[in-house]
Amino acid sequence: MSAAPAAPRPASADADGLELLLVPPRSRPAWRLVPARVVAMCVVELQKLRHDRTELYTRAIQPALWLLIFGETFTRINVIPTGGIPYRDYLAPGIIAQSTMFIAIFYGIHIIWERDSGVLTKLLVTPTPRAALVAGKAFAAGVKAIIQAVVVVLIAALLGVSLSPNPARLLGVLAAVLLGSAFFSCLSMTIAGIVRTRDRLMGIGQAITMPLFFASNALYPTASMPGWLQAISSINPLTYEVNALRGLLLDLPARLPLDFAVLLVAAALGITAASALLGRLSR
Amino acid sequence: MNEEHSQEDAVTVTGLRYAFDRTGTAVDGLDLTVRSGEVFGLLGPNGAGKTTAIRCVTTLLPVPAGMVRVFGHDVTTDRMAVRRLLGYVPQQLSADGGLTGRENVALFARVFDVPRRERADRVAQALQAVGLAEAADRMASTYSGGMVRRLELAQALVSAPRLLILDEPTIGLDPIARTGVWDHIMAIRAASGMTVLVTTHYMDEADQYCDRVALMHQGRVRALGTPRGLTDDLRARLGGDATPTLEDVFRDVAGSGLDDQGKGGEFRDVRRTRRTASRVG
Ligand SMILES: Nc1ncnc2c1ncn2[C@@H]1O[C@H](COP(=O)(O)OP(=O)(O)O)[C@@H](O)[C@H]1O
Ligand SMILES: [Mg+2]
Repeated sequence: MSAAPAAPRPASADADGLELLLVPPRSRPAWRLVPARVVAMCVVELQKLRHDRTELYTRAIQPALWLLIFGETFTRINVIPTGGIPYRDYLAPGIIAQSTMFIAIFYGIHIIWERDSGVLTKLLVTPTPRAALVAGKAFAAGVKAIIQAVVVVLIAALLGVSLSPNPARLLGVLAAVLLGSAFFSCLSMTIAGIVRTRDRLMGIGQAITMPLFFASNALYPTASMPGWLQAISSINPLTYEVNALRGLLLDLPARLPLDFAVLLVAAALGITAASALLGRLSR
Repeated sequence: MNEEHSQEDAVTVTGLRYAFDRTGTAVDGLDLTVRSGEVFGLLGPNGAGKTTAIRCVTTLLPVPAGMVRVFGHDVTTDRMAVRRLLGYVPQQLSADGGLTGRENVALFARVFDVPRRERADRVAQALQAVGLAEAADRMASTYSGGMVRRLELAQALVSAPRLLILDEPTIGLDPIARTGVWDHIMAIRAASGMTVLVTTHYMDEADQYCDRVALMHQGRVRALGTPRGLTDDLRARLGGDATPTLEDVFRDVAGSGLDDQGKGGEFRDVRRTRRTASRVG
């Protein structure tokens, strides 16, 4: 069945159907390692999602409820100063950012599961620098988040939110979601490296998601917050992600270069911190 | 080039020490040389320090004192080169139950930079080599313990390692599955000539499959030689006509401390293996 490729045939007679296993693969140049590992991790994430889609469906419920109930109600009450756009529209980018952050912030649980099950150990003995492994995991979390973002965008469109149909802007949306999730999943992996058990990570994850959500402009503009909350919001990467998403999806004036710069720096810092702590999980 | 490599020792460990924060010294001045092409068995009861030593060789743990080389590469300064030469099957059963067998192996082909054009063939050959071709597209969560072990073997072999490191490859398996795992290891080794470093506490397996063995106890090597040589030596020393087993050699070198050592190592091993088993399937 397997066609023999043009590799040098080994001398051994026992090698029938094993010939490829006798030749080690050539190593890639160092600069190609990170992208190659990112692809490998993303492929695994997609394969898992293909085998088990329940997560995809259950994760669509919460954002749908936010948009449907919270969004519709507050659109009627009309108390949040949105600068003239319907609150439902204003809220949609916030919910995209929030629901993808939730996915990313619990991603460290996968790392702990992989460590407990020995899968991580084996990956650490492959020619994969720690930072490449963490970047791979961060973008794998991003892949999940992007799928979630697409689902929420579709729900929002069904609910009548007027989203920009410009493909370049939609690509920008995916980039912002990817970077935001890379940061939050690295935050999660960093915490995983510190606490090292699933239960503690769950607890911390539960404790920080709501504060991150409320101390951002996902639900209401920063301007209507008290001063101390504004200060927190201005160092919360979620705020910049929401800003970017709002600007891109609703065609509003935005500070995209600033937003993307903050998201990039946050993701890079996250990868650095998580890679530094990853070794603690292999002890 | 090949001749030059085959002269070089596969693993050299000198004066390796490792202590855990919580449990203290696990490896206490280990000296070891694994020659290229041999099947070398590191034997010892649970808690002897085998896994800890292996984890230093595989770059998973730092080398706080002593020196470890793999085919001449220092494991602390030349990690990536060492990892490219290694195939590693850890003590714990560890395949990803959320993927098929084939996907599990393909992941390792990817992270060892197997080019795309030969990836599918190479993965198929690795699965074929461990007798999992039929079951390759089933979810790994449906595999038996023996199948998971063979899947892990395929993951380790897909990169054509020059050194295959197996930590208790047959722990927790039934006798038939144990033989199955060993048969595949020996067949692939016969074809590839790779070096095998294996730990086990099953003395019968070591006797049957290893070219040389080191008996490890409380973090140190207490005896070293071929299984035959070690038992012959003991017989010569004891006189009498009964043929001693490797286990007898072990009792001889370890003395009376054998039954009450372990510091909970045994309990932890069993628990870990069980936990994975229930997770994987
Ligand atoms: N992660 C760990 N943390 C603390 N102590 C450990 C750890 N792993 C092993 N030990 C201790 O180190 C000693 C050697 O263990 P190990 O290397 O697993 O032995 P073996 O593999 O021969 O059974 C034991 O006393 C064990 O309890
Ligand atoms: Mg062990």
